[in-house]
Amino acid sequence: MIQQLSVFMENRTGILSAVLDVLKQAKIQLYAISIADTTDYGICRIICDRPAEARKALMDAGIAAALSDVCAVELANTPGAAADMVSLFAREGLSLAYLYTFLFKEKPVMVFRTDDAAKAKQILESGGLCCFQWN
Amino acid sequence: MIWNPIKECMPEEQKRELQGKRLHKVVDYVYHNVPFYRHKMQEMGIEPGDIQTIDDIVKLPFTTKQDLRDNYPFGLQAAPQSEIIRIHASTGTTGNPTIVGYTRKDIDVWSECMSRCLTAYGVQRSDIFSVAYGYGLFTGGLGVHYGVENLGATVVPTSTGGTQKHAKLIKDLGVTGLACTPSYALHLAEVIEQMGIKKEDLKLRVGAFGAEPWTENMRQEIQARLGLKGYNIYGLSEIMGPCVSYECECQDGSHINEDHFYPEIINPVTLEPLERGTDGELVFTTLTKTGMPVLRYRTRDLCSLLPGDCPCGRTFVRMSAIKGRSDDMLIIRGINVFPSQVESVLLEIPECAPYYRLIVDRKDNLDILTVQVEARPDYLSEGFDTLSPITALEKKVADRLKSVLSISSVVQIKMPGSLERFEGKAKIVTDNRKLV
Repeated sequence: MIQQLSVFMENRTGILSAVLDVLKQAKIQLYAISIADTTDYGICRIICDRPAEARKALMDAGIAAALSDVCAVELANTPGAAADMVSLFAREGLSLAYLYTFLFKEKPVMVFRTDDAAKAKQILESGGLCCFQWN
Repeated sequence: MIWNPIKECMPEEQKRELQGKRLHKVVDYVYHNVPFYRHKMQEMGIEPGDIQTIDDIVKLPFTTKQDLRDNYPFGLQAAPQSEIIRIHASTGTTGNPTIVGYTRKDIDVWSECMSRCLTAYGVQRSDIFSVAYGYGLFTGGLGVHYGVENLGATVVPTSTGGTQKHAKLIKDLGVTGLACTPSYALHLAEVIEQMGIKKEDLKLRVGAFGAEPWTENMRQEIQARLGLKGYNIYGLSEIMGPCVSYECECQDGSHINEDHFYPEIINPVTLEPLERGTDGELVFTTLTKTGMPVLRYRTRDLCSLLPGDCPCGRTFVRMSAIKGRSDDMLIIRGINVFPSQVESVLLEIPECAPYYRLIVDRKDNLDILTVQVEARPDYLSEGFDTLSPITALEKKVADRLKSVLSISSVVQIKMPGSLERFEGKAKIVTDNRKLV
């Protein structure tokens, strides 16, 4: 499990810029950004080096941000790696709320959210995949 | 045609004499039956004997919507419960609606006044008349219904909703008359067009539209699309319901049923009576009501009483179109909505911050209320990582609002801090409806 920062944002010009600017001022290193949107608003999910500090910087700037633990798994950097991983979940009937990827030190990392993190971990391990660690 | 020429065309002097007699009688009645009025009059040092002519009305205390709420539910009722045969209610601001009880005599007066309105619109016994105001606590449905029956035309109690079925009935039954809100009339026209029904296939010829402000342009559009002639009807439940005033064929203002409802125009700030032709707040005194009579009830509607005689022959004074409100009440799809009602709902929801906006639009001829409210920062900063709590919150707010306001609204959750903060008087409401 790794920590993810989530920011609720309205679909309005300049909002993302404001959020990223706060993180820049706090000298936060970003690894991944994913944005899901609806017509009126969206949610920005961020993986970064110091999530607790990043959250505090945002809250101090009046921007509501949340920290949550999400599953992350390291994949092989080969075609089909993502398909194999997701098929493990599909087979077990575990659904994904969201998913995105980033590269960390040349290694692909897939971040995802399910309703049952313990079961997800068990499925990954039985499929020979290992959970992502920062070091 | 005139339903009751003896009353509707009464010479001015005779009318004022009748109004004076009736005013004295109603003042005497409430003084002895409604403690609220007795105390008010005693405080002002007046008694029923001081009220002899209609000009004495200025000595009497005003009644406000707040007085009605403070005396919820039956505090202002003058008749014993055994005499009350019906209850209507209008929307309340913070929980309590305004309750109005009617005696059999009140219902008869209402039906009489309603028949005068319908006759002025040209409705006759041979007409088939569809009442598409809501039936229930709202006065619109049953009020018009009884008037149509009293006149002797055929009433089709359509009520609201089921627009396609309504359109089919209008065509199949050869409905000739229609009562509804003007915005619903436009919606109905649209549905009729979508169903491929031509207005030449319809027999509609008369429309009685009211319960919300509308304009000459809307009238032209409704008339062109439904092939009928549209007339204004005005009323409010605190006074009676629809029937308080009505347009005649001249369509230059609406005649007030002055033998039953005495109008005044006052300056809403100083409360001073204003001259004919001057805009101000409309005030009514019920001259004959027995269930819940009201003295000098402040409607908050802004308009003027028109000077001069009407060529139709009626001597009842005419009121202009309503030009606005002296409070912040909105009329949305015919329903009264106060921003304070929305506020009290939002304040009860812990996920919502006390910052909100109301936006009213008219899309496809229907009023749309949009409520924007900020989420509390702590709600969005505890383990929140998907949008489902936001959509769930939107639904929760919309459901609560619906149960209090009786109308649906579009809810938009906003980021904490995103709505403009005001110093001084906040501009909470934006009404984008064009009523010019």
